[in-house]
Amino acid sequence: MGMTFEKAILAIVSTDREQVAGGAPIFYAKNKEQMEETAFLLEKILDGMVHELNSRTKIVVRHRS
Amino acid sequence: MAVVIGILTGFLCRMRMLRTDYRQYPTYPHGRVIHLSLGLIAAGLGAVAVPALLNKNYTAITFLSLAAQQFREVRNMERETLSKLDEMVLVKRGSTYIEGIAMVFEGRNYIVILSALLTSLVVLLAGQWIWGVLMGVVLVGVSGLLRTGKLLGDIADVEEGTLRFEGSSLYVDDIYIMNIGLKDNRDRIRKQGLGAVVTPKDKDSRITLSNLGQRQAILHDVSTVLGVYRDTGEPSLVPLIKRDLNDGRLGVFLIPEEKDSKAAIDMIQRVPVLESAVRMPTELLKRLSWRGRSNGNDI
Repeated sequence: MGMTFEKAILAIVSTDREQVAGGAPIFYAKNKEQMEETAFLLEKILDGMVHELNSRTKIVVRHRS
Repeated sequence: MAVVIGILTGFLCRMRMLRTDYRQYPTYPHGRVIHLSLGLIAAGLGAVAVPALLNKNYTAITFLSLAAQQFREVRNMERETLSKLDEMVLVKRGSTYIEGIAMVFEGRNYIVILSALLTSLVVLLAGQWIWGVLMGVVLVGVSGLLRTGKLLGDIADVEEGTLRFEGSSLYVDDIYIMNIGLKDNRDRIRKQGLGAVVTPKDKDSRITLSNLGQRQAILHDVSTVLGVYRDTGEPSLVPLIKRDLNDGRLGVFLIPEEKDSKAAIDMIQRVPVLESAVRMPTELLKRLSWRGRSNGNDI
C-alpha cells in the first residue's frame, strides 16, 4: 500500500499574515468578504472542503471518501 | 409427480422471497430473470434429490454439494456487481450492506433447495400428491416470513433533531457533526438540511448502531428515497452520521432533495438491521453471571 495521506490541506486562506506560514499554498485576503470568496472558489476548484480554524483563517481540506 | 410439485414449490418460494422494492434491487427485468432461473435450478436440484436417493442412487448427494458451490458463486457475483455499482452513486451502500445482500441471495437459494426437497419427500412418503401441495403451501408461507429481517425501528428510537451551528461547527441536537467553513454552505444546510437522533434501545443495539456499515446503510437508504442535495466534489454537503461517545446515540445529518422530516424519520426506522452488524454482548454477560463468574475466560 505504501504511505497514503487520509487527509491533506490543499490550501490556506487567511487575512492574518502572522498566523500562517509554510507547506500548503497560502492565499492572503484583504478582508473577510474576500476570504469567503477565495475559499468558496478554492473549494469548488479543488473539490475539497473548507473548514474554519478561526475567524481569520480557513483551510481547504481533501477528505478521502 | 413428486419432482414436479417439488420444483413448483421451490420456484414459488423463490418468487415469494424475491421482491423489487424502492431500492430497485434486483433490478427489474433482467436481474429478476437471473434470480428466478437460478431459483428454478435450485428447486430442480432439491426435488430430484429425494427420488434419486430412494432409488439407492447415492451419488445424487454429490450433486447437492455441486449446487452449494454454484450458489456460493451467486454470492460472489452479487458482491462484485454491487461493489462496482457502488462506485457510481452519490451516497454509497457500503460493503457491509453489500455483503448482507449477497448473503441473502445465497441463503435464499438454499431455502429453495430445502423446500423443494421437503415437498418431494412428503409426496413420496405419503404417496399422494395432495400432501405435497399442502406442504408446498405451508413452505411458501414460511418463506414469506423469512423475507423480512429486523428493522432499525425495532432496536432504536428515532426522533427529529434540530440542526444548529455554533460558529462554524454543525451540531444535531448536542452531537457534533462537522466543521463547515463557508457561509454559503452553512446557508444551504440551514435551508435544506435535516437532523435526526437515533437512540439505541439496549446495550446490544448500541453496538449495532456503532457499526460503520450500519450507519452507511441508513444514509444510503434515506438518500435513495428522499434524494441527495449535492453533486460530486461537494464534500461539505455530504450526509453524515456521528456518534455520541457517552451514550451511543447517533446524530444523523441529512441533506435531502425534498425536506420532509416526517418521511426521513419513517425511512430511518425502516432501514434493515444488517446481519453482520449485530452483536450480542448481553448474551455472554447473561451466561457469565448465570455461572457466577465475571472474568470472561471461557469465551
